[in-house]
Amino acid sequence: MSDDLDELFVHETAERSQELASRAGTPLSELQREVGSVLRLPEGHHLDVADLDVERPDDETMIINMGPQHPSTHGVLRLMMELDGETVLRTKPIIGYLHTGMEKTGEELTYQQGATNVTRMDYLSPLNNELVFSLAIEALLGIELPPRAVWIRMLLSELQRVSSHLMWTATNGMDVGSTTMMIFGFREREMLLAFFEKTTGLRMNHNFIRPGGTAADLPDGWEDDIDLICENVTLRLGDYDELLTGQPIFRERMEGVGALSADEALALSATGPILRSTGIPWDLRRTMPYLAYDQVDFDVIIGTYGDNFDRYAIRLNEIRESLKIIRQVLEKMPSGDYRVQDKKVTPPPRARIDESMEALIHHFKVFTEGYKVPEGEVYVAVESPRGELGCYMVSDGTSKPYRMHIRAPSFVNLQSLPVMLRGGLMADAVATISSVDPVMGEVDR
Amino acid sequence: MGLEDLQHNFLTGRLEDLVKWARRSSVWPVTFGLACCAIEMMSVGAADYDISRFGMEVFRASPRQADLMIVAGRVSQKMAPVLRQVYDQMMEPKWVISMGVCASTGGMFNNYAIVQGVDQIVPVDVYAPGCPPNPETLLHAVLTLHEKIRTGEITRRRAGEAPSAEELAGWVPERPEAVRLGTPK
Amino acid sequence: MTDVAAVELPPAGVASAVSTAGQQVVFPDRARYHEVVAVYHDGGFELLSDLCVVDYLSHPGRSLPEGLAAERFELVTVLLSLSARRRVRVRVQVPEADPVVDSVFDLYPGAEAMEREAYDMFGVAFDGHPDLTRILMPDDWEGHPLRKDYGVGRVPVQFKEAPGPR
Repeated sequence: MSDDLDELFVHETAERSQELASRAGTPLSELQREVGSVLRLPEGHHLDVADLDVERPDDETMIINMGPQHPSTHGVLRLMMELDGETVLRTKPIIGYLHTGMEKTGEELTYQQGATNVTRMDYLSPLNNELVFSLAIEALLGIELPPRAVWIRMLLSELQRVSSHLMWTATNGMDVGSTTMMIFGFREREMLLAFFEKTTGLRMNHNFIRPGGTAADLPDGWEDDIDLICENVTLRLGDYDELLTGQPIFRERMEGVGALSADEALALSATGPILRSTGIPWDLRRTMPYLAYDQVDFDVIIGTYGDNFDRYAIRLNEIRESLKIIRQVLEKMPSGDYRVQDKKVTPPPRARIDESMEALIHHFKVFTEGYKVPEGEVYVAVESPRGELGCYMVSDGTSKPYRMHIRAPSFVNLQSLPVMLRGGLMADAVATISSVDPVMGEVDR
Repeated sequence: MGLEDLQHNFLTGRLEDLVKWARRSSVWPVTFGLACCAIEMMSVGAADYDISRFGMEVFRASPRQADLMIVAGRVSQKMAPVLRQVYDQMMEPKWVISMGVCASTGGMFNNYAIVQGVDQIVPVDVYAPGCPPNPETLLHAVLTLHEKIRTGEITRRRAGEAPSAEELAGWVPERPEAVRLGTPK
Repeated sequence: MTDVAAVELPPAGVASAVSTAGQQVVFPDRARYHEVVAVYHDGGFELLSDLCVVDYLSHPGRSLPEGLAAERFELVTVLLSLSARRRVRVRVQVPEADPVVDSVFDLYPGAEAMEREAYDMFGVAFDGHPDLTRILMPDDWEGHPLRKDYGVGRVPVQFKEAPGPR
C-alpha cells in the first residue's frame, strides 16, 4: 500500500534549480549580483573574486529555508537565506506557491466577468485591481465616464488604501512583536469592511468597479458612515502613534534596518512606499494623475533613509492623507450617473428588464456573450498601496481580452528584498519582509 | 485499539465524554493561510469575531503542536506537496477545515495551476463555502467541527483505513450523524 | 545625463507609432533591442515599469508599422521616466523558431524577475540573464502555460456544458 501511496502523493517539493545553491555551486555572475553589484558598474571596473572576501567559505555558512508555510512571511513566500551565524549574506526568494493562472483565466472570461478574476490578485486592496482593469478597458473602448462614477471610484480606492495600510500596520506590529497592534488594526478595518459590505455586498473581492463605472450607486446614508469612519480612524491613529512610533523598542528594531538607497530602488524598479522611503517623491496620483486626483489636495509622503521605520511612517501618514482625500470627496461628490449610459457596455437597470424587450436583450448580450472591445493595446497604471499597479491589455476585437497582463507591484518589489536583507540579522529579516509589504496573490497571480 | 469495542459503563462513558470535551475545547489551528481567505481567517482571530472564546486563538506555527489545519485559500500545484508534508507532520487526532471554495473544489479557478479541491491531497472534515467565507461562516464551520468531535468516535476511522473483517468480528461501527447547527431543515 | 527631450523621437531607424490612448510605442528589431533600451536608459528613463510577452498565435493579423514582419511572440517593455513623467513602450518581434532576446538586466536589474516570468510562461529565453529558471511553476513542469497552444487545463464539471468558452 505504501508504494501506491507514494506514487499518488508527491512528498518532495520540486524547485531544485530555483533554490539557493551553495557558494561553490553558484556561478560568479550570480555571486556578484548578490554582493550588491546591482547598479550598473562603470566601464572598466570588473568585480574581482578577491573582492568577495567579505563572504565566508562554504563550510562556515549555513543555508536555511524559511517558508513557504511560515507565520511571518506574509503568505506563501519562501526565502532561502545563507547565514553566517545570525548575519544574513545571500537571500533568494522563491515564489510561485500561489500561482493561480489568473492571466490565462483572464483570457477565458469576458470583459464584464474579468473583474471577478483580477480582484483576487491583490486581496488586500481588491478594488484597485478592478480599477486598473476597468481603466484599461475604458482606454481601449475610448469611453469617458460620468463624474460621479469617477468620484465614487476615487472614494473607494482611497478607502481601500486606508484598509490596506491598517492591515499592514497590524501585521507589521505583530511581526515586530506587538500583538496589540494586530487587534487594533483589525478593529478599525472592520468598520471599513462593514462599509464595503453595505456598498458592494462583500467584505473582500468586491467585483464592484466595472468597465463603464461601478456596479451600483452608493447606499443612502453613506455620508454619515464615511464621517464616522474618518472620525474614528483619525482618533485611533493617535493610539498607534502612542503604541509604536515613540516606543524605543520599536524604533530600535526598525530604524536603520533594511535600508535601501534611491539608486538601488530605481535600478530594482521598486515603486510605492519603498521608492518614496528613499526620498524620491514619485506617487502616480500626483505625478501622472488618473481619475480625479488632480482635483483633490493631498501630500505625498517621502522618507529619508529608506529604512523600515521610514516605510512605517510613510504608510501611517498615507492613512492620514487618504482620510483627507476622503473628506474632500465627501464634500465634492457630484450627482449623476454611476455608470456610463452606453447601452453596449452597461447592462440596463434590473427594473427595466421587465418593461422593455430591448433592455432584456442588452442584458442578455452583455452577460452571456459580452461586449466587443476594439482592437488595440494599452498600458494603464494606478498607485496601489504597494506601488505601481499596471495593466497591459491587448484586445483582438472579440469579447474577451487577448492578453491581460497585470504588472504587480509586490512581484517587482520583492527583488529589493535580497539587497535590503544583506548584512542584517535573521530577526531583522522578518521586520524587513513585512515592510516590503508583499501580497503573494499578486506576486504569483 | 481496544477502545471501539468497549461496552461503556458509567465511568468509561464519562471518561470518553471528558476526552471529547477536552479535544474540542482547545483545537489549535496551524497557520496555513494561503490567499484571500487567510485575511478572513485573521479577522476571525481578531477582536470582532473573536475565536478566542473557543480557545482557538493560538495559531501554532509548528504543525507538531497543532490539531487543526484550516486550509484557507487556493492550493497551487507547487504548494500541494508542502500541504501534504505539513499535514503529515501533525499529530493525531487532527482535523482539516477546507475554508473557501478554492480549497473545497478549486473555486473559480478551474485551470492548470490550482488543485481542484484540497480533498485530493488531505482528508477534509468540514467544508466552509464562500469566496471568501464571512468570518461568521468560518465560525460556523468551527462549531460544526466541535459538534463532530463531540458526537464522533474517539478514534476516528478514515476511508481506506478500514479494519479487516477478522478484526471487526461482527462489530459494526457507529456512524456519527451529520450535524446541522441553526440551519432550518 | 542627456535631456529627455532629445529622445522625443525614437532612435534613428526605429519604427514608432502612437497607440490607443495616445501612448508612444517603438518597434525596434530584435538585434537592436538592447541598444534602443540603452538609449532610453541614458536619456532619462530611470525605471523599467513592466516587461511581458504576448503570444500572437491566434491573432496574426494585428496592425504593425510598415516594413515590420509579424512574428509569433512579441516582447513588450514599458519604460518610465520620472523626470519627464512619461512612459514609452518598446515592442520587439520574437520568432517562434528562435525565441531568444537580449536581456536588459545589465541596464535595469529590476527586469530580472519579469524576464524569468516571461521565460516560464512563454519559453522566451533571455541572453545574459544571470539566472534563467522557472519562477512561478514547479521546476519540473513541462510546457509554457501562457502560450496559446497550451490549454487552460479545465476539469469537466458536472452540470456545466462541455469544456469551452463559458
